[in-house]
Amino acid sequence: MKRVPLVFTLALAAGLSTQAATAQTLKTVKDRGMVSCGVSQGLPGFSSPDDKGNWTGLDVDICRAVAAAIFNDPTKVKFVPLSAKDRFTALQSGEIDVLSRNTTWTLSRDTSLGANFTGVTYYDGQGFLVKKSLKVNSALELNSASVCVQTGTTTEQNLADYFKGNNMKYEVIAFASADETVKAYESGRCDVYTTDVSGLYAERLKLANPADHAVLPEVISKEPLGPMVRHGDDQWFDLVKWVLFAMVDAEELGVTQKNVDEMAKSDKPELKRAFGTDGNLGEQLGLTKDWVIRIVKAVGNYGEAFDRNVGAGSKLGIARGLNQLWNKGGIQYAPPIR
Amino acid sequence: MSIEPRAPPLQLAVKLRRALGGHAGWGGFALQIIFVAVLVWIGYEIVANARTNLETQRITSGFGFLSNTAGFDVSQSLISYTQSDTYTRVFFVGLLNTLLVAIIGIFFATLIGFIVGLGRLSPNWLVARISGGYVELVRNLPLLFQILFWYLAVLGVLPNPRQSISLFGSFFLSNRGLVIPKPIGAAGLESFALAILIAIVVTWGLRYYARRQLFESGRLIRVWPYALGLLIGLPLLASLAFGAPVTFEMPELKGFNFSGGSRVIPEFVALTLALSIYTAAFIAEIVRAGILSVHKGQLEAGSSLGLSRGTTLRLIVVPQALRVILPPLTNQYLNLTKNSSLAVAIGYPDLFSVFAGTTLSQTGQAIEIIAITMGVYLLISLVTSAIMSFYGWRIGRSLGA
Repeated sequence: MKRVPLVFTLALAAGLSTQAATAQTLKTVKDRGMVSCGVSQGLPGFSSPDDKGNWTGLDVDICRAVAAAIFNDPTKVKFVPLSAKDRFTALQSGEIDVLSRNTTWTLSRDTSLGANFTGVTYYDGQGFLVKKSLKVNSALELNSASVCVQTGTTTEQNLADYFKGNNMKYEVIAFASADETVKAYESGRCDVYTTDVSGLYAERLKLANPADHAVLPEVISKEPLGPMVRHGDDQWFDLVKWVLFAMVDAEELGVTQKNVDEMAKSDKPELKRAFGTDGNLGEQLGLTKDWVIRIVKAVGNYGEAFDRNVGAGSKLGIARGLNQLWNKGGIQYAPPIR
Repeated sequence: MSIEPRAPPLQLAVKLRRALGGHAGWGGFALQIIFVAVLVWIGYEIVANARTNLETQRITSGFGFLSNTAGFDVSQSLISYTQSDTYTRVFFVGLLNTLLVAIIGIFFATLIGFIVGLGRLSPNWLVARISGGYVELVRNLPLLFQILFWYLAVLGVLPNPRQSISLFGSFFLSNRGLVIPKPIGAAGLESFALAILIAIVVTWGLRYYARRQLFESGRLIRVWPYALGLLIGLPLLASLAFGAPVTFEMPELKGFNFSGGSRVIPEFVALTLALSIYTAAFIAEIVRAGILSVHKGQLEAGSSLGLSRGTTLRLIVVPQALRVILPPLTNQYLNLTKNSSLAVAIGYPDLFSVFAGTTLSQTGQAIEIIAITMGVYLLISLVTSAIMSFYGWRIGRSLGA
């Protein structure tokens, strides 16, 4: 695993990223016949392979939607599992076209990494998982605790800030992959496991006895998670950005995987614009007119993808919360397709 | 040794041609120049291309990040470190942690390696078989697997701090590591240190005197009883006279963990154990090969002089074997140091983990950080090689070879 960044770095240094500099990601993707998508090494609900080796999850669905919009085939995606610390180098070096790997949008990542965030797929925050047997009810009772964390994340800095801000001592043990971190937590090396709350729910499922562990109520940070693309290719940036917007807009318009064919015949002007029966909005993105239909047919609207992967319809059972649409009490909001 | 006719001194031009072009003459020299030029050109292209690409994609580059605040914590640090220190500090914290594991690992690997290597050659059937079994078992299992084994299967099953195994009420062993009383300097510390220093100097003098007696008059003086008496007795006297040199801060269970005292974290123990035990298996084979390379006649000569087996080994066989042992031993030392970067798997904060790991992903400056890290490992390896070469040179000189 540790040789991977070196390879990327050498590729970067050797200037193999010329492809990125010429800013023709869409053409490259079409020529290749595949979208190359960076995902996690296995985070249930967001990106994890099932027992047949098929990748599923909310982050995975974003890539599938991109593939559906381009090729009308959601299976034309090559998934590249990446550790937290290798992910940006993989994107910079051109190894992947989209990084869809529960990555927090921050200013420094938006500027210094040579990459852009295209939107927010999941509004998250950092929390703490503890064993119920410790009888801890609040993160403020965690003075002198040992905390397991995955290295190469914003989590490490939030953790340092939170404990310092509350004048508490702690010991941090940082691991390279999520699996190693959870294993150390489960073996009792740490009292606390910390990551984004969604991740806590997902990783809790992997524990021997999930019911023995509780997520503490405190959420100590803002973690808007979203996909990233390289700097220097605005067409590709727009495309990935609008694929997510299309999913959110589809939910708002009431378009679902089931009724999409029926809705396509509708006379409503906003539906006609979205479905390409009126105007050529899809073509302006470098796609076809029926791009929204393709996306919704493949992965459903945002709400459907959420429910299927992390929400009520999944093992995780996370409530919509902040990720509800803006007109239903949440903050998911997409610009209009017009 | 045969005597050859003396060759006439070479002309300056011929000398120069030989030196620059070797046997191929000026043609060879021109080829070398072209080769170097091509290498330089490729190097330049790589750097220039990378720089252009970094600029077009507006990826931050340069070494300015080293003075930025790190903002994360590290579980073990030999120098004082807090989250508000810079990335430069993080670099040194990681480097020292790597060196700590490497030095302690090399010490134990050498110790175990020599014992097992000699054990395989032992006339005792059981000892030889156990040593052989150790080598075959350990060197055939992947190192990463062994590190995880020690960490998860051995140290991971220790009880939690509230139920830790206690020794004399002051040493506590739990899955958070070993907590020991922390020595704090007291009034008698200076006289205590002085006493130790005097003891060492006097012991050194005694040893020198004993060697001279041995070489000049053949008189054998046993130094070690005096040395032991001095090294223990003098500091003891000093602390009786001037008060205890240190007081101990006792660890205490508070909340989740122990407060006070010093702590050895389990990540460090697991990594050092695994590296020492793994490398020792290879060192054992090197030692065995080295000793077997010394002619049997040397051993027989030793025993015919009336020396015991131990003394023969120590004074006659091992010094000759060392010449064969040293170069591959250096390799093993380098391997151990480099293998310590596997620490990232069990969360030990070594250079690779905190600098080429956390720092890299927080700053995203892969090229700079990987270059620094490679440079540092290279430097550590070169220094290790240099020390071993120097040692080899000294042995070679003392054997008159």
